[in-house]
Amino acid sequence: MADGRAAAKRPINPRLWLSGGWLLILVVAALAAPLLAPQDPLAQDLFASRLPPMWQGGSEPGFPLGTDSLGRDVLSRVLYGARIALLVALVAGSCTCALGAVLGLIAGYYRGWADVVISRLIEIWMAFPPVLFAILLIAVMGTGLTSIIVAIVVIDWTRFARVIRAEAMTQGAMDYVASAKVAGRGRFGIMIREILPNVLPTIVVLLTLEMGIAVIVEAILSFVNLSISTDDPTWGSMIAEGRAAIHHSWWVLVVPLITLFLTVLSFSQLGEGLKDHFDPVLR
Amino acid sequence: MSEMLFEIRDLRLSFADLAHKPLFGAAPRIEVLKGLNFDIPRGDVIGIVGGSGSGKSTLGRAMVRLLDVDSGKIRFEGTDISQMDEVALRPLRRRIQMIFQDPMSSLNPRHRVATLIAGPLHLHGFDQITERVDFALSQVGLPLTFRNRYPHELSGGQRQRVGIARAIATEPEFILADEVVSGLDVSSQAQVLNLLEKLVSDMGLTLGFISHDLSVVRRLCKTTLVLHQGEIVEQASTQALFDAPQAQYTRDLLDAIPLPEVTPGWLD
Amino acid sequence: MSFLELKNLNARVGPLPILRDVSLQVAPGEVRALVGESGAGKSMIGKAILGTLPDAIRITGGEILLEGEDLQAMSPKARRRLIGAKVALIPQDPLTALNPARRVGPQICDRLVDILGWGRREAEARVIELLHEVHIPAPERVMRAYPHELSGGMRQRILIASAFAAEPQLIIADEPTTALDVTVQKQILRLIRDMQARHGTALLFVTHDLGVVSKLCQSMTVLFGGKVLEDTSVDQFFSAPDHAYSAALLAATPKYTDPGGSLMPVPEATIHAVEAEIAAHDLAHQIETVRQ
Ligand SMILES: Nc1ncnc2c1ncn2[C@@H]1O[C@H](COP(=O)(O)OP(=O)(O)OP(=O)(O)O)[C@@H](O)[C@H]1O
Ligand SMILES: Nc1ncnc2c1ncn2[C@@H]1O[C@H](COP(=O)(O)OP(=O)(O)OP(=O)(O)O)[C@@H](O)[C@H]1O
Ligand SMILES: [Mg+2]
Ligand SMILES: [Mg+2]
Repeated sequence: MADGRAAAKRPINPRLWLSGGWLLILVVAALAAPLLAPQDPLAQDLFASRLPPMWQGGSEPGFPLGTDSLGRDVLSRVLYGARIALLVALVAGSCTCALGAVLGLIAGYYRGWADVVISRLIEIWMAFPPVLFAILLIAVMGTGLTSIIVAIVVIDWTRFARVIRAEAMTQGAMDYVASAKVAGRGRFGIMIREILPNVLPTIVVLLTLEMGIAVIVEAILSFVNLSISTDDPTWGSMIAEGRAAIHHSWWVLVVPLITLFLTVLSFSQLGEGLKDHFDPVLR
Repeated sequence: MSEMLFEIRDLRLSFADLAHKPLFGAAPRIEVLKGLNFDIPRGDVIGIVGGSGSGKSTLGRAMVRLLDVDSGKIRFEGTDISQMDEVALRPLRRRIQMIFQDPMSSLNPRHRVATLIAGPLHLHGFDQITERVDFALSQVGLPLTFRNRYPHELSGGQRQRVGIARAIATEPEFILADEVVSGLDVSSQAQVLNLLEKLVSDMGLTLGFISHDLSVVRRLCKTTLVLHQGEIVEQASTQALFDAPQAQYTRDLLDAIPLPEVTPGWLD
Repeated sequence: MSFLELKNLNARVGPLPILRDVSLQVAPGEVRALVGESGAGKSMIGKAILGTLPDAIRITGGEILLEGEDLQAMSPKARRRLIGAKVALIPQDPLTALNPARRVGPQICDRLVDILGWGRREAEARVIELLHEVHIPAPERVMRAYPHELSGGMRQRILIASAFAAEPQLIIADEPTTALDVTVQKQILRLIRDMQARHGTALLFVTHDLGVVSKLCQSMTVLFGGKVLEDTSVDQFFSAPDHAYSAALLAATPKYTDPGGSLMPVPEATIHAVEAEIAAHDLAHQIETVRQ
């Protein structure tokens, strides 16, 4: 019961460290890709094709993770791929979150006709099969980064809206909301000052989850060649190319795959870790 | 200025019965308050007792205008507040406060004690907020070191004191306390009751005290109002009510109180 | 043999003891009260039995025996199954025990369907029947209501009904009547007593209401700071409490028959004495641990 308890510093949990660490490395790598990449990611060199990574015999300096069948440097391509992956994660994640969370919060707390309209919209929206939706969008807008981002936002905002709406409803029924009202706080003030801090952890978890999803979606769309041009180094297209070369040069597949896996895992772990870290009830 | 702080006239309130809502059209209404009339003089401590679901909390929430009434008047210092909108009510909010039954859910878990108490002060444009928060804490007998705690770091009795501190911080004239001691153990309960008693006499508060515990009401309240299924079945000075209960329902209530002594066959 | 037995149960959060060598027994069909002030650890004992302690709290010693079987030695799955079949809980807080975003009916049927494998219809019929028994006027309406549409008392009665639904052999009732008015409380107490007498259900009744204890229970355990201060029969407690703290608790209980009587919170001196007793116990415990 020491009074220092409230002020006591919380230890940062390992999952926050690990996932945050990996993502930080990735962000730095993406930003500094032109400086860090040993080669031009697009430069082909047929004399240097299928070079193994450096810890295997027959490797060459300047190609630490080997090259693919066209002689492009795998490390450089993964680094440049991180730029695209993180851009999609950031933009698509935050746009989805902003749209879904605002609508969910309004529907859940204000209720009434706003809720009726938003809930109907969600229901109708979710009646469309998402894959069809995505293909339709890309057919209309053409392939490219923008249409991927738009597709993710348009498909996934309902997930946010539904969860946040339910959460806001739950919180709205609590007595602390009534007590803020008795204190004279207006509706908007209550939503921002009382409800929002209590749904924020959920928003954070969903946001990081969404970023992970965005990375996967981008990879899948590049994998099936619906993303940006094949020349651009994306993890998805690297995986697609590596799949064909799995028998003689496994690293072309494995390096982007592991990077993708770690990144998606880190996003989901980061969300859980942050939620726990900022929860005053847990220490 | 009227001598009566509150005058309630023919107060009616109903809720939509959503469970019986027909597919089309409006849901039927359930009447919860069926035309209540009573006055609360300034400085009174009025006990509102009654069975579960009798409408005590609904009445309380209507009086502090957390709920909209169907019809009837709620006059506060002579002014009818029953139809006022939120904006018109705002200046009155400082003067009418409420303490909730469940201190855990009525204190926002993400705010610290100081923020919780300061909230209403900020809203009503008070100055010297830090001093006022400290003063409120000292009034309810909590150490100032509690300013930085979160609600979950307090015991039930301490949380309830924070709720009380927040309610008295704006120096209201009326406080409605809805079952504020029913979740507390006897020792904390005795402390909170003694505290409320002291605040009433020191600050000249008028207190509405909702409770189902008649032993507690007897101890604290000057007058008592018995509610049964949305109607007032008896209203009298507490002394008279306990000495000679008039309504059958009041007698049933008194008979059902389990006194702390062994009485074989009491349950039969 | 007792149905439930705790032997020298110790639990801590970090270095801080929450339960200190708690021993208690509940025989089949016995109604035992567990009393103590807020924070004494009453709910923690219930949670330790049910295996739902918060992560922060660790059991550091002792045994929890259900029909002679050590629960802590079982696999989590076997334990859940045993508990699900034999023990039920009436939780303390009717506000948080029900999900505010779901209708009441499906919520309470879920337990019967998921854990005990009942059919949905069967579960619903049983629950409606029990809602009648706990004097809920229109059970069908209530089943379709959301928790916030019900008064605190109704919510509590719903939780009581749902605990009895599966006919368990032990019910842990964590302050089940605090939100009820006295007339309903009396009905519920009678109901609980009748049901437990009919089915031979044992009851561990957690409360701080000595009035209720005196009417319902046969034996009682007084807890303070996670330590058992007194383990006695109800008759003995109300006629001549053994421990000074017990006597103080009795004096802090308001009685409407005695309005002039001053309400004494448990005096500081008594608290200090009990705290000293606990400190001495902790020291002895430490010495014991070091010796081993
Ligand atoms: N929001 C609501 N929607 C529909 N019905 C409601 C709502 N709030 C309360 N009721 C109903 O109004 C009646 C009175 O409820 P109220 O909470 O005022 O009772 P109470 O006297 O405070 O009871 P308790 O002692 O159990 O708290 C109950 O029948 C309840 O079901
Ligand atoms: N999650 C937790 N982490 C750390 N300590 C806890 C936690 N939950 C409870 N405690 C502590 O454990 C002790 C026992 O709590 P418990 O809930 O059993 O009290 P109780 O006797 O049931 O009280 P009440 O009458 O208020 O319900 C208290 O001191 C409390 O502060
Ligand atoms: Mg109520
Ligand atoms: Mg408890």
